[in-house]
Amino acid sequence: MAQHKSEVDAITGVETTGHEWDGIRELNNPLPRWWLWLFYLTIIWSIGYWIVYPAWPLLTTYTQGAFGWNSRAALREDLAALHTKRAAMSDRIAASSLEQILGDQQMLDFARAQGRTAFADNCAPCHGAGGGGAKGYPNLNDDDWLWGGKLDDIALTIRHGIRSTDDKTRQGSMPAFGRDKLLSRQDIENVTDYVLAQAGLPTAQGADLAKGKKIFADNCVACHGDAGKGNREIGAPDLTDQIWLYGPDRNTIIEGLINGRGAVMPAWAPRLDDTTIKSLTVYVHTLGGGQK
Amino acid sequence: MVELVIDHRKNSEAKAAPVPSGNGPQPAPDDTPDAEQPLYAARRKIYPQSVHGTFRRIKWAVLLATLGIYYFLPFVRWNRGPDAPDQAVLIDFPGRRFYFFFIEIWPQEIYFFTGLLIIAAMVLFLMNAVAGRVWCGYLCPQTVWTDLFFAIERFFEGDRREHMIRDAGPWTAERVARKAGKHALWLVVAWWTGGAWVLYFADAPTLVRDLATGHAPLIAYGWIALLTATTYTLAGHMREQVCTYMCPWPRIQAALTDEYALNVTYRYDRGEPRASVKKSEQLRLEGLPAGDCIDCRQCVNVCPTGIDIRNGAQLECIQCGLCIDACDNIMEKIGRPKRLIGYDSQVNLERRIAGEPPVQKMVRTRTVMYALIIAAVGGIMLYALLTRHAFEVSVIHDRNPVFVRMADGSIRNGFTMRILNKRLEPRRFAVSVTGVPAAVVEIVGLPLGAAHNVEVGPDQSREFRILVSNYEYAPPASSPIVFHVLDLESREWAQARDHFRAPERQK
Repeated sequence: MAQHKSEVDAITGVETTGHEWDGIRELNNPLPRWWLWLFYLTIIWSIGYWIVYPAWPLLTTYTQGAFGWNSRAALREDLAALHTKRAAMSDRIAASSLEQILGDQQMLDFARAQGRTAFADNCAPCHGAGGGGAKGYPNLNDDDWLWGGKLDDIALTIRHGIRSTDDKTRQGSMPAFGRDKLLSRQDIENVTDYVLAQAGLPTAQGADLAKGKKIFADNCVACHGDAGKGNREIGAPDLTDQIWLYGPDRNTIIEGLINGRGAVMPAWAPRLDDTTIKSLTVYVHTLGGGQK
Repeated sequence: MVELVIDHRKNSEAKAAPVPSGNGPQPAPDDTPDAEQPLYAARRKIYPQSVHGTFRRIKWAVLLATLGIYYFLPFVRWNRGPDAPDQAVLIDFPGRRFYFFFIEIWPQEIYFFTGLLIIAAMVLFLMNAVAGRVWCGYLCPQTVWTDLFFAIERFFEGDRREHMIRDAGPWTAERVARKAGKHALWLVVAWWTGGAWVLYFADAPTLVRDLATGHAPLIAYGWIALLTATTYTLAGHMREQVCTYMCPWPRIQAALTDEYALNVTYRYDRGEPRASVKKSEQLRLEGLPAGDCIDCRQCVNVCPTGIDIRNGAQLECIQCGLCIDACDNIMEKIGRPKRLIGYDSQVNLERRIAGEPPVQKMVRTRTVMYALIIAAVGGIMLYALLTRHAFEVSVIHDRNPVFVRMADGSIRNGFTMRILNKRLEPRRFAVSVTGVPAAVVEIVGLPLGAAHNVEVGPDQSREFRILVSNYEYAPPASSPIVFHVLDLESREWAQARDHFRAPERQK
């Protein structure tokens, strides 16, 4: 850009700014009047805005505005309006048992819709958007349940959590057999191969399954049962089915035996209202794995 | 003949070029002439004179018919049964329906609007190929409302001459009163225009009552205010500038027209050379060439876009035909044949000059093509409308997880099915699935093993969660699956296709 003395343009009779780009000069036309007046109007408008709405931060508070409007009160009003709108169905959900909700198409549709939203807000970060789960976070679509897949089981889990700080939380965890020196490394490998064999999965070459069976009987049956079918009272998984919370490969199972397992799910009763928990329960149950 | 052809450029330059100010700097002599032309042309206010005649009567009739339809159609009733709205034309946004007399369109059938738009475009092209800018001159809302606003303006401020004299004079109380009256009535018409618009989106009599008592939704008042403002601005103040600067159609029209299309044309072969009545008679007596145009400028005075039709076809001309009426009235008075300005085609103009008889060639490649496209699209739409199902089914596969492995190793897929019942009575449907052998199908909410019969309420759609499990063999990663839905009474059926997904087989 070259800088020149400003001059009057011959064709338009308008003064130029003195800026020049490759021979192109800029006319110093005034701003359009309508634009300028609109600009002044917005300045005047803003003064009214300061007076009626919260505007200026002060040392410890802020100007409240003559209208007394604030966004929190507006949100409270919106929420109240929403609750009023939903009241008829919400009251029915609150007054009905989980089985009744499942049996009534209208309530089921409402609960699934509410449950889907509540799930996305609260559960999806761990269990995935569709409840598909991840390593260490159970898939809620399948029919394998650590703590039970009946409506009441699911509701209890949601309300009180798993190994959470809640008084009625579900308790029970896998001991750290390796870290706490309960089993030697060799024993752990033997029992791992035994478990893999029971589930029909490939074992290490030359695995001593007989020894593994004895170690299993001595250490594992208390929780997982004689046949390794698990125990839903204490959240001990079925070791014979096709679903593995942390994965079915040998090293993952060894890792679990060494360090133990004890993932935590928070209790939701303190955070969500009863209707929402009921809807969530029905939603999770109807993802596909719910049991009668 | 050459000297008879009017030089368009000369005239348009005369109109556009500003008068150079005496003391302003003069352009450098080596500047190209184009560089001297400013891009901005100030608007000249147009005072169109009132006129009587055939085309004016046609325009009044079209104005009454189109505005009558627009303002009163929302009040026409149409009985559809007890639970459906009884408004003949209704765009029901909350209910997601469009009602047009006996037709009810769901959002899923938006392609009917695509068809309508194609037909509208083709009708526009066809009109243009036959008789020029019929749309612009008679039917376009901009033209119709501007025409109405002109009538109001003349009522308050007088016809062309009176209006011009008053505008040039001082601001008297009378002039203020006349202007105030005009703007007030303009605003009333604009307000009614906006008011009629919102009536298409809700039950009209109820909304009128709510609007009057202040109970209508805020959005209704907002739309009325917006459309009042646009009508007042576009029809009252912008007028011909909308056609000249904003509308794309004049540009498209210029590219679509041909030498056979009828256009409002000044027959210069008859009109030139221009001279006064007396002088022309003198010339004729002497056996010299004399035109019929007496240069009275009536065609210019009545023009709503302020142009001179004698300069030939031009972008600003909306072909409203008012100059034909104005010229005919003059021709009648001076005893010359009518239609010195009339609907004529370029080819006939040239044939007359060459002394050949005129031809009317309506059937041309382009008119036939336009008509065929209109017939084809119209036919397809009619067929689709008559044979459309009274119900529809769509299925969407769960996105996450795509499949679920069950404890026994089998694979299950979840689907969301939506059934649309377009009838006004509840219907029962039987759902079945084919494509996946030995599949177990479960509809959430129905007892496992029960018949897969579902009910959908009148004029409603309903969503179902469907779980399909494969228990027998390791399925391929993706296999087609078909959902069949059968109306248990009418035996109508519909189907939706999707895929059953499973993990990739280990190699």
